[in-house]
Amino acid sequence: MDLESVVKALNLKVRSGGDKLKTEIRGGYTGDLLSDVMANSGEGDVWITRQVHQNIVAVASLKEHAGIILVQGNEPANDTLEKAIKGGVPILVTELSAFEVTGRLYELIGKKAD
Amino acid sequence: MDEKPLYEGSFPVEGGNFDHAGEVSTNIKAILRQIGLSKEVIRKAALVAYESEINIVSYAKRGMIRLRVVPDSILIEAVDEGQGIPDIELAMQPGFSTASQKIREMGFGAGMGLCNIKNFSDVFHISSELGKGTHLKMVIKAKALQ
Repeated sequence: MDLESVVKALNLKVRSGGDKLKTEIRGGYTGDLLSDVMANSGEGDVWITRQVHQNIVAVASLKEHAGIILVQGNEPANDTLEKAIKGGVPILVTELSAFEVTGRLYELIGKKAD
Repeated sequence: MDEKPLYEGSFPVEGGNFDHAGEVSTNIKAILRQIGLSKEVIRKAALVAYESEINIVSYAKRGMIRLRVVPDSILIEAVDEGQGIPDIELAMQPGFSTASQKIREMGFGAGMGLCNIKNFSDVFHISSELGKGTHLKMVIKAKALQ
């Protein structure tokens, strides 16, 4: 499943990386502690978080995440958005909670794998 | 490590400046990828470099990350000028942190950094002097490299 299908299914708003939505998703990881995400997330994951500061872009690009979903209506900070555009990192936003978006993404990817 | 290195360089890191945090690690990752190391080895080295960089940004005045790549291993050293660590055993405990509220709000300072570095390295050495700074030395084995 690619990122674009997730954007459509969960009605996410695309804030950056609109040209990177064909990226194949391998999984997901939910967390706000950057060390936890660094240690436990994987390449091709969608990272679900409520952190909006610019350091999330470095983490996502070091881990080669497919994209970042900001939850609960949080918007990326201006410098975050600048870095994400420059680095080609998709940032997607949703009004959903981390719990809900994680569950729905899990279901989507799970269904695809069956 | 007398072998001729495939790469050798050092990267300055500014303490307290989160605007550029992660840039050195991103740079190091690109260098390792260019050398053609395996994904697994690059994944480990990028984490080790990132956590070391964040530690310098979070706790030191300034520091340096040194990278040395030889055919069978990567050496990453993080040397900083800072307050030093009074009790290394305590600092190595998962969850122990002296991070400020500001640092924690950004999702750093969860007391996982040093543990992560140790877990992702094949050799880990830490020394620190109060009022002077901290020195980390990590080796990641890269036997897959041809």
